[in-house]
Amino acid sequence: MSSVVSLHQAGRSFGKLEALKPLTLSVEPGEVLGLLGHNGAGKSTMMKLVLGVLAPSFGSVRVLGEDPRGAHAHTLRTRLGYLPENVSFYDNLNGREVLHYFARLKRIDRRQADQLLERVGLAHAADRRVRTYSKGMRQRLGLAQALLGEPRLLVLDEPTVGLDPMAVLDVYGMIDELRGKGTSVILCSHVLPGVEPYIDRVAILCQGQLLATGTIDELRQQAGLPLRIEARGEELDARLGHQLAEIAVQLVSHDRQQLLLESPPASKLDALRLLLQQPGISDINVQAPALDALYAHFDTVGRSAEAH
Amino acid sequence: MQAILIVAGKEFRDGLRNRWIVAITLAFALLAMGLAWFGAAASGEVGFTRISTTIVSLASLAVFLIPLIALLLAYDSIVGEDEQGTLLLLLTYPLTRSGLLAGKFLGHGLILALSTALGFGIAAVLIVLLAEQATFANLAGPFGLFILSAILLGWCFLALAYLISVSTRIKSRAAGLALLTWFLFVLVYDLVLLGMLVGTEGKIDGGLFRFLLLINPTDVFRLVNLLGFEESAASSGLLSVFQDQSHSVGGLLAILAGWILVPLSLAAALFAARKS
Repeated sequence: MSSVVSLHQAGRSFGKLEALKPLTLSVEPGEVLGLLGHNGAGKSTMMKLVLGVLAPSFGSVRVLGEDPRGAHAHTLRTRLGYLPENVSFYDNLNGREVLHYFARLKRIDRRQADQLLERVGLAHAADRRVRTYSKGMRQRLGLAQALLGEPRLLVLDEPTVGLDPMAVLDVYGMIDELRGKGTSVILCSHVLPGVEPYIDRVAILCQGQLLATGTIDELRQQAGLPLRIEARGEELDARLGHQLAEIAVQLVSHDRQQLLLESPPASKLDALRLLLQQPGISDINVQAPALDALYAHFDTVGRSAEAH
Repeated sequence: MQAILIVAGKEFRDGLRNRWIVAITLAFALLAMGLAWFGAAASGEVGFTRISTTIVSLASLAVFLIPLIALLLAYDSIVGEDEQGTLLLLLTYPLTRSGLLAGKFLGHGLILALSTALGFGIAAVLIVLLAEQATFANLAGPFGLFILSAILLGWCFLALAYLISVSTRIKSRAAGLALLTWFLFVLVYDLVLLGMLVGTEGKIDGGLFRFLLLINPTDVFRLVNLLGFEESAASSGLLSVFQDQSHSVGGLLAILAGWILVPLSLAAALFAARKS
């Protein structure tokens, strides 16, 4: 199957400012791509290119095999779903009316709109004016709007902002369900913790440049950040530090009950073997660098490269 | 095309719901009734006197009100959606930018046309029913023309409102620009012309002066409704330069149509060229 989104050397500049430097990236069917970057990193520009709101200054953009600004853009757009970052909708309409309006524009039966209201948990508030909605409720309404017409590609800009933790899990669950049905998702988020299990691949943007893409494991390999190993037990001996240093593992902190080590990925097993030989060890906990640490790493590298 | 109608339908329903339609209709009906009865008070009578007096005073007031209403109705149509975040969303829907603008114009245009026709129409019917001198036959022509030109005037200012709405990113600035537009077209323009006339002691070229009057839609509206009545000589002020020659009403209405089409196309072009 061909890619749902493929950007080939695509970029966009506004006058002298290169908002997005040429990048090549694709999203496959049923894949969830996490798009990470600081404010002004080019995330919005990239989403606008994919959605056909902006034309690329260079390169080409294909969505479901079509040019998102080409002759077939109209039919293409009925198969896209988008949740903008800050959308407050029409205050004087109620939730149902808002969703019916967007459903009509997308040529979708209003019954589906009503089902979606139920699905995002807004059924009870559907006949209240949007003016009375909380930020989280507006976000749910936006999500229902994005899901209209069972889109093949879903572009979500900060979908979990303003949601309580349970609702966040709901949203991720929904994304997972859609992924199972073959929907591709581009998920733009600042909120990194918790998102890892739901994304297949990550693309990190910094100052308009694509710094890294790959699965989280691939990014870990690229970054080469140390693993954290925590060992607990009784009467632990800190003299282990010398032996650890020989295999390039660092003892970060220690007391009699706990040892904290940082190990390069390659030395992980050696470090574990050493620990297991120690008497008194009762528990070992290995932590690979989380997505926020990876993001921080690439972002710092990107910024310092820019400075030179 | 379908998308245009959907947008127009929403705008129209918003107009109903926000009581715009009711408010404008009532305001126009009361205005027309009031002027019909008290318009001749200056000459010492109360009660419906002549159609021409009524139309002349109505036009003088409508020329202030209608542009203001049209600008208020539509100044935030694009910039407001932008601030709500719905504009970016709509741009990802199967709907072109000019389609969005066309839908807005259709919806707002219908609101304005309906309430203008209803408001002044109700007044006309009441005048026929209540006043002995007025018959439907002699009222229909001038009132019909008045209503038609009032609707066109409203649409001109709707088109200007979209032009304002696409050219700024801040709603409050759009509001300020709308008020400024109103001031310029309705108040300042005529004052400047008057100043020119007085300053040059009337030696300004007549052709140029007529041309200057004809490029302001509010003056064109006045011309449509004031010309052809004897009374208007006293109350038409600047427009008296036209007294000596007959102007085709069709030509004047065409100028109003131009004032709708040009700003509307300009707004569409600006909107299409916008970065987002």
